[in-house]
Amino acid sequence: MNKLQFSSLYQLSIMRFRLTLREPEAIFWVFIFPILLAVGLGIAFRNRPADVLQVAATTPQLTRALATDKGLDASTMDEPTGSRALANGSILLLAIQQPDGVAYQFDDTNPDARTAHLLADRALQTAAGRSNPLPATDRLVHQPGSRYIDFVVPGLLGMNLMGSAIWGIGFSIVEARQKKLLKRLVASPMRRWQFLAAYLISRLTMLVLEVVAFLGFARLIFAVPIHGSLWQLALLCILASLSFSALGLLVSSRARTMEAASGLMNLVMLPMWILSGVFFSASRFPAVIQPIVRALPLTAAIDALRGNMLQGIGLQHMLAPIAVLLAWLAVPFAVSVRIFRWR
Amino acid sequence: MPVPHDASHTSAETLALLLRGVRKTFADVVAVERLDLEVARAECFGLLGPNGAGKTTTIEICEGLTAPDEGTVKLLGLNWHSHAAELRQRIGVQLQETQFPDKLSVEEVLRLFRSFFRRGITVDESIRTAQLEEKRAARVGTLSGGQKQRLAMACALVGAPELLFLDEPTTGLDPQARRHLWDLVDQLKQAGRTIILTTHYMEEAERLCDRVAIMDHGRVLALGTPQQLIASIGGEHIVEFAFTARVNESSAADIALFTAIPGVQSHRTVAGLHQLSVRELHTAVPCIFAELDRQGLHLSEFRTHSATLEDVFVGLTGRNLRDE
Repeated sequence: MNKLQFSSLYQLSIMRFRLTLREPEAIFWVFIFPILLAVGLGIAFRNRPADVLQVAATTPQLTRALATDKGLDASTMDEPTGSRALANGSILLLAIQQPDGVAYQFDDTNPDARTAHLLADRALQTAAGRSNPLPATDRLVHQPGSRYIDFVVPGLLGMNLMGSAIWGIGFSIVEARQKKLLKRLVASPMRRWQFLAAYLISRLTMLVLEVVAFLGFARLIFAVPIHGSLWQLALLCILASLSFSALGLLVSSRARTMEAASGLMNLVMLPMWILSGVFFSASRFPAVIQPIVRALPLTAAIDALRGNMLQGIGLQHMLAPIAVLLAWLAVPFAVSVRIFRWR
Repeated sequence: MPVPHDASHTSAETLALLLRGVRKTFADVVAVERLDLEVARAECFGLLGPNGAGKTTTIEICEGLTAPDEGTVKLLGLNWHSHAAELRQRIGVQLQETQFPDKLSVEEVLRLFRSFFRRGITVDESIRTAQLEEKRAARVGTLSGGQKQRLAMACALVGAPELLFLDEPTTGLDPQARRHLWDLVDQLKQAGRTIILTTHYMEEAERLCDRVAIMDHGRVLALGTPQQLIASIGGEHIVEFAFTARVNESSAADIALFTAIPGVQSHRTVAGLHQLSVRELHTAVPCIFAELDRQGLHLSEFRTHSATLEDVFVGLTGRNLRDE
């Protein structure tokens, strides 16, 4: 037996690994789920070669004129059929021939319908002989880094860092407390800091596996770019994971039952799932709540990850999110060490 | 083994455990009230009492898991205030309801606990002592109740403790698993280890303990060897009987006439049963029958047994140990 076997820090850390790896559900949520989510979103929001919008017109002449725009897929139908098609979403816009011109029937709260309206009007006006007073040409950009999948991958990474840290640490601490294992450990000569350090060691090791698996997948399958430096990205992941671990520790520092812990975790994570810009930009929320949105650790983590991966910004230019993450690391850790219930 | 009937002359340094005026309240419930206890080295000492008597609070105060409101606690001449780290190394603890992680194996759990101690026995030795050789690689989740309890015992033993605390070591075990665990405690006693255990099984206290403190409502009601405690109720045998009065006669039975029988030490009624503690069965029982007959009472139940700690507890509190 080698010397390592006698080290309590080693034994505590290896215990954490064993317990994680022997829990099939944990493996699923940590490794498989984010990849499945990325695949699903990648498929749902894939960039079609040209985003063709379905429209219809009441006369063949109008239909022909609409079809001159490559962005429109036009068909002919009478007005009642067209209204039904509008209602069930199979077309976005219906152009109706009027005695003195044309009427567009569409839902102006639907962004796609608004686009269809602009394209249809342009096509019909051009067919009717309108010429552009200002000559203009388009330069099209189709490169990785500006697609939805590129936007959502750093968001999913941040969400995964949060979930695995808070669930991974929170549940196992509360379970150990509920099963009186904490109390038994405290009755032994175990050093308490080692118990917590073992969590950090196993968390950071699992972090490497999680991040490499997820980003490797995103890179290979979707060619998601990482414009920033890799070691800075690694530092950001570690910092974010430590902040979320501190939050997980705080959430689990008093709870006696899994039910209480689970409620607390959802209470902590739900606002961040909604507000922190995993799936869409957090800046879409009203200005009034922006200070709150910006102060959330997940917003800071995702901002920093997007800055690194999509824009290649260095750490020195993202001091605000880093400060937010550091604050979320220091305060919950200090509080939970004070209030931690060992029995 | 020499049993110190009165340990008060022994100095605190040679005692394994010393409690003086220990008091603990939770909210407004007094869990332990003015407790004084002394346990000598190499002694097996039992705290016997019903659930809620304050046994677990007492043992957890000794283990340094609960701080007493008042009083002195000394283990091996040291106190928790200034020597916690050293004491943790020198004692072994088995708590009432520890659940080790289901997904770890027996050997992995023991390796973990062994790593906390500077000195101790090897993991192999602890597995042998607890007779878990066949379960060495088995996951904790697959163990039976008795095996889990022996694993808990092995975890308490890996540090080769000078002082071993066992909190209700056999509660919830079937009779066979209980006897198995008793054998294990016997071996530890023979090896000269100091053991402090709590139990609400009087037969366990009688079989394992050199001395027993009977506790109820946070107080020690009686303290001594099982033999002394049983002798304290005055008779070695207990006669239990119940009767119905003769029809059409309203006069109550005269109990004083029973206690006047030579050899009858005391009388009490528990749950409708009359109990007489009796020195010699063969002389007392015929007299009891004669008296029943004389008073015209119909016997509906009659039995005798050797006095046990249960009878001591009933004598002290008027309740059975297992009455909840």
